[in-house]
This record gives sequence, C-alpha cells and structure tokens, in this order.
Amino acid sequence: MRRVVVTGLGMVSPLGGNVDTTWKNILDGKSGASRVETFETSDLACQIAAQIPRGAAEDGGYNPDDWLDAKEQRKVDDFIVYAIAAADQAIADSGWKPTAYEDQIRSGVLIGSGIGGLQGIETAAHVLAEKGPRRISPFFIPGRLINLAGGYVSIRHGLKGPNHAVVTACSTGAHAIGDASRLIAFGDADVMVAGGTESPICRLSLAGFAACRALSTGFNDQPERASRPYDKDRDGFVMGEGAGVVVLEEYEHAKARGAKIYAEVVGYGLSGDAYHITAPSSDGDGAYRCMDAALKRAGITAADVDYVNAHGTSTPLGDEIELGAITRLAGDAASKLTMSSTKSSTGHLLGAAGAIEAIFSVLAIRDSVAPPTINLDNPSVDTAIDLVPHKAKSMNIDVALSNSFGFGGTNASLVFRKVAG
Amino acid sequence: MSDIADRVKKIVIEHLGVDAEKVTDNASFIDDLGADSLDTVELVMAFEEEFGVEIPDDAAETILTVGDAVSFLEKNAG
Repeated sequence: MRRVVVTGLGMVSPLGGNVDTTWKNILDGKSGASRVETFETSDLACQIAAQIPRGAAEDGGYNPDDWLDAKEQRKVDDFIVYAIAAADQAIADSGWKPTAYEDQIRSGVLIGSGIGGLQGIETAAHVLAEKGPRRISPFFIPGRLINLAGGYVSIRHGLKGPNHAVVTACSTGAHAIGDASRLIAFGDADVMVAGGTESPICRLSLAGFAACRALSTGFNDQPERASRPYDKDRDGFVMGEGAGVVVLEEYEHAKARGAKIYAEVVGYGLSGDAYHITAPSSDGDGAYRCMDAALKRAGITAADVDYVNAHGTSTPLGDEIELGAITRLAGDAASKLTMSSTKSSTGHLLGAAGAIEAIFSVLAIRDSVAPPTINLDNPSVDTAIDLVPHKAKSMNIDVALSNSFGFGGTNASLVFRKVAG
Repeated sequence: MSDIADRVKKIVIEHLGVDAEKVTDNASFIDDLGADSLDTVELVMAFEEEFGVEIPDDAAETILTVGDAVSFLEKNAG
C-alpha cells in the first residue's frame, strides 16, 4: 500500500485560535475550562465548559470574521465555521492549493462531527413551536448537516476528490484521519483534508450529557481543575468546542513537491465493544483490540511505542478501563511507556477530540516532548506507566499512538511515526 | 421613496450583505445581488416577518427584483 504522511496542521481549540498557541498553552500546563457565561446555567448540573478564546488572531485568539463573512456565519452552526478555520490553516500550512482540474480531483475531504448542529436545532425548535413551520430558514438543514463542514471546505478549496464524513461520537476525529489515510493508501486520492469539528456548548447538550452522567458536576466553582484524568477526584468530562484538521498526503506526492513532512501515518486500528450504549466494556477488550490492530498495521509492537495520547476523558469508569487495556497491551514494556491525556487541558472536544489529539501526537514527535496530564494530583490506581503529571516531559518520540473511544462502543487508534530526514 | 421601499432595501442589504447603492429597484436578487435560490427563500421569509403578511409560493416566484418586492408589499401589506 502507498505511504501516507501529514503535511499540514490546523486547529481552533479552547486553548487558542491556532495550532501554535494551543500547543504552547498545553505544554505550559494551562486549562481551557471556564464557567459558561453565554447562556443561563443556574439550573444545569454542569455549568462549565472548555470554550474557544474569542479574540484577535495576532493574540492567538479566534475571530470567526477572519474565516467567514458575517452574512454566511448566520447560515451555519459554529462547528462548520470552526472546521473552515482549521482547514484553511492546515491547507495554508501544507502549501497544497490545487488549481488544476487533475490536481483537484485527486484531493478530497473527510471531516466529521460527533453531533453536528445541536445549537441550531435547539434554536429552530423554538422557532417552530413559537412561530410555525413557515419561519424555518432554508439554511436550517444545510447549516446543521455534519457533512456540510466538509462540503464548505471542499467548495472553498476546490477539493473535487472523495467527499466523505464520519460520525462516530468521540472517535470521529480519529476515524476521519484513519479513513482518509486509507483512501490515500488505496489510491482513491493523493491528498485528503481530514479531521473533526464540534460546537456542542449549549443548554440542550449540557443537559443531555449530564443526564448520561458523563459530565463533571463537582467543579463548577473551579473549572480549571475539573478535567483531571486518572485522578482519584475526577467526576466526569468537561465539554469542549473546536476543530482539528490535518492535510494527509501520499508520501511520494509530498516529496515531489518538497512539502514539509510532520510524520507518517503508519497504523490505524478499529474495533467495537458490542457492550453498552454509553459505558465502555469493563474488560477493556475493545480498546485493547483497537490498539493491537493499529500496532499490527504499523508492523510494530507495544515496546516500540514511545508516547500514547490517551482517550482519558476524566470519567470515573473510562480512564481506568483504558489504562488497564494499555497495561495489558504493553506487558513488560509498561514501565518504559509514557502516556498523557491532553483532555486535562483542552476538555473533551467530542467529535473533534481525536483530530486535535492526532495533531498533539504529531507535535510531540516533532518537538520531542510529551504534553502533561494536568490536575493529576493523586492517581486513582498504581501504574508503571508514566502519566506525565502536571509538567511536560522532554523525551525522544519516534512513535506515538493516539486513542479515541466513543459512545456506542466505537474505538479508533492511530499510530504516527517520525519520518527520517 | 416610500417607507415600504426603505424597509425592503434595508432587509436586502442585511440579508445579502451588499452595498446600499447596488440595491436599486431594478436590481435582480440572483443576477445582480449575488443571491442563490435559498437566499431568495429566506428574503421572502424576512419580508413576511417584517410586514406581517403571508407571501404564497406562487407569488414568491414572481418576486425577482427589489422593485417586484416593493410593489407586491405596497399592494398587500398593512
């Protein structure tokens, strides 16, 4: 099969409006969580979220007007604008801007979202109830559909190759990058713009996820301490918003045009728990098989993995199940393994999580540093694995594994490797 | 210029994000002001909301220019 490399990165996150700002804040151990002030939260169990810092691009902030006209913004949910911003950044970073028809038809897009336009659905439901069906905008449907994130990106950049979208809850971003790399490996495209996006912060989703008992509810007055994977006081995840998009490219194609190569996508594994709609299977077998499949695809063993970017959402159940699966996978190599959860800083971006974490994995390889798991004061279990509490750790990283697990028992793992030279 | 014409033009400028001087009576929403078919549906909805009238689909299909909207609303609004 053809080799696939990463040649562009783009991101909008609770820690910044671009990749560099976000990455610096993560390495500095910052938290993106804060109290939600944009709508009424007094009756919600969870009143905090990891929100994108609005502000000027030169200050590392995010201003939607930089990416889409105000007139167009009205038509779409925020998840589409985030995807546009992240994709524009990634494409600019890669330097791949196809203008010739034969290049355009070899360049595709695969951007997913876990939920899509929940904010707009919430608002439109009120319009329907209060004003009737004739007041529903013609842009209501196209502005909420998950694949319209990729649709907009393809239109902006003339990407006429495969046009696809993934919806696998919190595994979405990882599946998008994995599936897109397969499309290149199999020859369906030479370049794919791939990732995940999510704009879930509204009353409806805070109420819904709280009802699933998934959200942190005990840290409303200390939001920056709420996302604490592996810590004994963790009590659920902190919902986050944003998007991560990468440019994936066939290796020879990238080399021929002298592109900057961040890393190679060497492994991708998928599995299903077939267990429960929201809870991970208690034996961690789905997580184990997913990682194992990714390593087999890469032709390596767990002993070759230097760094794991964990799913690690800070839920009481999930963190220890994942840790158990990795311990089983690593065997004797566990004591040499380094694993952290960047969700401690970013919160949980749901359908975008796997994409931003793939980017963090790639940057960990580039900069020879493992980002920290902040708020990890007292691990709830003993482990030989270094969970990188509080402070980033300098170390050589040739191989990084990134995990994503989602509601419905859907699992994805990606393996990235440094490219010599 | 009638009050109705002013209000129509304000809506068109706001929804289509175009300069005021382009919004003349003869300006076609699609050919001159950059609207697509979904934009024109939304414009008609905005006229309905602003003027408290219902514009049936067959009537909406005849409203192609700013002037068409003004004359329809002068006849049917209020």
